[in-house]
Amino acid sequence: MDVWLLSLALASYGVATFIWLGYVWFQKETLYLAGGWTIALGWLGHTLALLVETVATGFFPVGSFSAACSLFSWTLTTAFLILNWRYPVKVLGVLAAPMAALLLSGSLLLPRPPEIAPILQSFWLTFHIAAALLGNATFALAFLGGILYLVQERQLKAKKFGFFYRRLPSLETLDALNYYCINIGFILLTIAIISGSLYAQYVLGSFWQWDPKETMTLIAWLFYAGLLHERLVKGWRGRRAALMAITGFLVLMVTFVGADFWQRSYHRFDTLGRLP
Amino acid sequence: MTLVLIGLNHKTAPVALREKLAALAPEPALAYQQLREIKEIQEALFYATCNRVEILFASSDPEPAIPQVKHLLVAQGEQADADAIHQALYVYREGEAVNHLFQVACGLDSMVMGEPQVLGQIKAAYRQGTTQQATGPLLNRLLHKTFSVAKKVRSETGIGGLAVSISYAAVELARKIFGSLSDKTGLLIGAGEMAELAVEHLKRHGVARLIVANRTLERGLELAGRFGGEAVALAELPEQLLKADIVISSTGAPELILTKDQVKGVMRRRKQRPLFLIDIAVPRDLDPAINDLDNVYLYNIDDLQGVIQANLHHRQEEAVKAQRIIDVETQKFLQWRETLAVTPTIVALVDKAKQICQNELKRTLPQLGPLTPEQQKALEVLAESIALKLLHDPFLYLKRNHHPKRRSQDIDLTRRLFNLDVDRNEDLA
Repeated sequence: MDVWLLSLALASYGVATFIWLGYVWFQKETLYLAGGWTIALGWLGHTLALLVETVATGFFPVGSFSAACSLFSWTLTTAFLILNWRYPVKVLGVLAAPMAALLLSGSLLLPRPPEIAPILQSFWLTFHIAAALLGNATFALAFLGGILYLVQERQLKAKKFGFFYRRLPSLETLDALNYYCINIGFILLTIAIISGSLYAQYVLGSFWQWDPKETMTLIAWLFYAGLLHERLVKGWRGRRAALMAITGFLVLMVTFVGADFWQRSYHRFDTLGRLP
Repeated sequence: MTLVLIGLNHKTAPVALREKLAALAPEPALAYQQLREIKEIQEALFYATCNRVEILFASSDPEPAIPQVKHLLVAQGEQADADAIHQALYVYREGEAVNHLFQVACGLDSMVMGEPQVLGQIKAAYRQGTTQQATGPLLNRLLHKTFSVAKKVRSETGIGGLAVSISYAAVELARKIFGSLSDKTGLLIGAGEMAELAVEHLKRHGVARLIVANRTLERGLELAGRFGGEAVALAELPEQLLKADIVISSTGAPELILTKDQVKGVMRRRKQRPLFLIDIAVPRDLDPAINDLDNVYLYNIDDLQGVIQANLHHRQEEAVKAQRIIDVETQKFLQWRETLAVTPTIVALVDKAKQICQNELKRTLPQLGPLTPEQQKALEVLAESIALKLLHDPFLYLKRNHHPKRRSQDIDLTRRLFNLDVDRNEDLA
């Protein structure tokens, strides 16, 4: 049942990608609307799948890399739909939809552990992971917006007006997207770190273990904190903010995937729940 | 009657001089009053735009009139400028005058080729001229012709599109940088025709505030007043840059007025809020290196033309096309004017009468049965003499020595009454 629903979601994200490509090419408003609704349909299927799985296993599916990818994809579409509703940056879907599809197909390809370690069946851990992934999702939108910004800025600076010049939104729109997303993402990441360290204190007896994932997240957190601070004080915006959004997100992604390569990390997905 | 055009423009006189003469413009009644005092002038039109001051007149005795009109213009400036004004004045007669007026109206004589504002200014000046009853049939005809030529040039060449599309491109770019312009401030450095045009566009697209920084505060105040903005002195420029988002610079200054370091300092104080600079001055006002700064976008006039993909070559091509139209129309106008003389009008009337007689005889003679050649001859003479007797009094009236202005009016009326210029009616339509 949930695999069927997940496939529906994946198909929707895939179709939405093509609709959005059509929108970028033809600039037809109906295509933009269709793209939004297709993603919303996929999101609905995705949400149902997560609910079905939660009911079946008795707990929210966060306990494996596959589940994390699926949840990341879900948080990305959630964040995207909210953004698209409140602050539409119309072409963003052309990057967000394939990214969601990629994450979800990764989730479907990766093996799923048959059972979940009892230690993971805690509200706090779920909260920690959900906050972290929602944070990742908003940073992902800032990252995608940053790419669009750099493309548009390049054209305006070089005074060469190609295919994208008409199709991309204004620099200020993209810069505002960067600012909103990084602000919200920063709050979510902070919540994730605090909730995680409280939970660690509760189960491991220590707030901070200098686990590789913790260290790298801290680096990313400091990086974003620096960006936000400098933006307020010195006005780091535009190209620099876009570059930092891209760099920060890449650090986060290394954190997301990379912890698995450190043998001693207890944040590894394949051994999640086996505490040191 | 001879057409004469006397004036000076941006090619012959510096701004300072033009400004002094342009002071005539707000008081057209006064200018016309002075023109009326010159007896030799039958019809006159006076116009002053940002870049030119010109007087166009028709006179039956132009040579004594020309120095008087020159004197009138020189008298507007201060004594010290008298020589400079004399040097700057040009005098065009007849075909040259017509051609020049057409060029001005089409924007070919403007600093930014093809800018449309000048046509509006001439229309307004003509309206003033007619309310002052200073124009007559010759100038009325010429001005109507001018407007139709300008319309033709605009629709048949791309020349009008250029100036408009430059400011359109400026607005378009501003949109790509800022999104909405509704909370943005425009800063105008210098106040030329092109800058005005661009500002008009910005204003129409909803820029919130406008600041005009000009070398002479007076002109700045005038322009600011027109667009509901604020005028500042050029010395305050760095301070004003803190407030502005879109800057259009078009001063006639020979050196740079903003350097990279100045803008760099401003950007720090602006906290890197984006700044869009448009430099339409030649030579350039803004250091091209400014574009290297982050969040600063500097475009000069060539870049803007790059946006609309219209290069210099294209511009010149359009100008050549426009000039060709103007030359043809000048010839047409001069031909029409020839006909305003008495003799050609009488000849044309006689021709027309004879033509009508011929046509009527050709229709009637066959119905009268066989006639002797003498009888036929008598009929022909009868018809022609009726027609010519009927025209005799009008001819005498036309030949009587009227006041020249009156005479051209009469001839014009006669030609219209008898429909002697078939092509003319379509022209006026």
